[in-house]
Amino acid sequence: MPVDPTTPVIEFRDVSYCVGNTQVLIGLNLQVARNETLVLLGRSGSGKTTSLKLINRLVSPTSGEIRINGIPNEKLDVIRLRRGIGYVIQDVGLFPHFTVERNIAVVPKVEGWPDDRIRARVQELLQLVGLAPELASRYPHQLSGGQRQRVGVARALAADPGILLMDEPFGALDPLTRDELQREFLLLQQRLHKTVVFVTHDLREALRLGSRIALMEAGKLQTVLPPHEFIRSSDPWASAYVRAFGEGLESAANRGAS
Amino acid sequence: MNVVRFILQNRTQVLDLTLEHLWLVGVSTAFAMFIGIPMGILIAHRPRLNKPVLASANIIQTIPSLALFGFLLPVPWLGARSDRLAILALTLYALLPIIRNTYTGITGVDASVVEAGRGMGLTESQLLWQVELPLAVSVILSGVRIAVVISVGLATIAAAIGAGGLGEFIFRGLAMVDNRVILAGAIPAAIMALVADFGVGYLERRFSAR
Repeated sequence: MPVDPTTPVIEFRDVSYCVGNTQVLIGLNLQVARNETLVLLGRSGSGKTTSLKLINRLVSPTSGEIRINGIPNEKLDVIRLRRGIGYVIQDVGLFPHFTVERNIAVVPKVEGWPDDRIRARVQELLQLVGLAPELASRYPHQLSGGQRQRVGVARALAADPGILLMDEPFGALDPLTRDELQREFLLLQQRLHKTVVFVTHDLREALRLGSRIALMEAGKLQTVLPPHEFIRSSDPWASAYVRAFGEGLESAANRGAS
Repeated sequence: MNVVRFILQNRTQVLDLTLEHLWLVGVSTAFAMFIGIPMGILIAHRPRLNKPVLASANIIQTIPSLALFGFLLPVPWLGARSDRLAILALTLYALLPIIRNTYTGITGVDASVVEAGRGMGLTESQLLWQVELPLAVSVILSGVRIAVVISVGLATIAAAIGAGGLGEFIFRGLAMVDNRVILAGAIPAAIMALVADFGVGYLERRFSAR
């Protein structure tokens, strides 16, 4: 379907979300441009994960709407919508009774791809995320945390979705593995040019991976800035974040220049 | 060794009653699975229903079995044949462990696995058949195992209303004050319970190994 390239891929229009009397999100307006990595940064309970789940309709807004390529996502078939969006979560959520290969192949399989195409795609993806081909026959419990999350990323990419939603995907990993996966994420993004929404509470990660950072606090969007502006921002919440993380942020923000 | 001799002498009758017993237990367990597993799946997905359903199954469980057989006796179609009645009563007793274990098995599936599946665009039925049931199957089977073992024991009481089964020997032995006759019913029943326990237990382990 032809899409005007200037239309935001994802657009929140005045979105609010309440659970009972608790306002989780208040009047969110946000646009995500094609091929960018937008990072939703904020502390626990700031509404960033909810925002992510609103995109693939794991959660429905109390008011407002979310548009995908200009179309309100309520109007799209929810199953088609989700299959066109890769979803990676912190706990990975691999199916423990499936091998790595079958885990990666979940969406192609339900989409009815022929077996040889699936097999070829799995091999291609394993290579893409830096996993040895022989891991295909392993079960999730036989993998390390880093390997599991690589499989999680491969699974999300399997049917080549245009959009990737990532909810603290590297949050549970040790610092070395996290660093490795962040680096590979950047390389991957250079090759694949997905539209990515990435949730994290780690400013360093946000600066390193994001093309723009959307800072959330108590259900409200505080500010949206590219990394190099974020660290100099006078916005009280942004500067509070920068102060909390302290030294060494410049180098994280300038990874593009080096 | 008197018992062994007695059993051998009456082997055709022992065999007949054992088969009858097996029929009562098998049919009632099949019905209970047919009703209980979907019911357990339903209450796992509709949390509002879980309390009333589990409470009802619990209440049935507290009715003394002899009384339940008695209550059901005047029911028109059922009372006409005592094996129908016995099968209904045994089915009711088998429901609780099967519903409860199905519920526990499904709700015990790691929430992140279900969320990932739903987020990837699996339909609710794909999620059920490909993720929830395979991951819950060993817990469900352990409920079936408990149900079968309980049924084998309870089915002996069905003889009191003339539904046959190994209970015939037990009641007859009690009336005759003859331990050999009681044991001719009790021993095959005990063996049946052990075999069922082992057999379903084997399936349970096979499925959980994955």
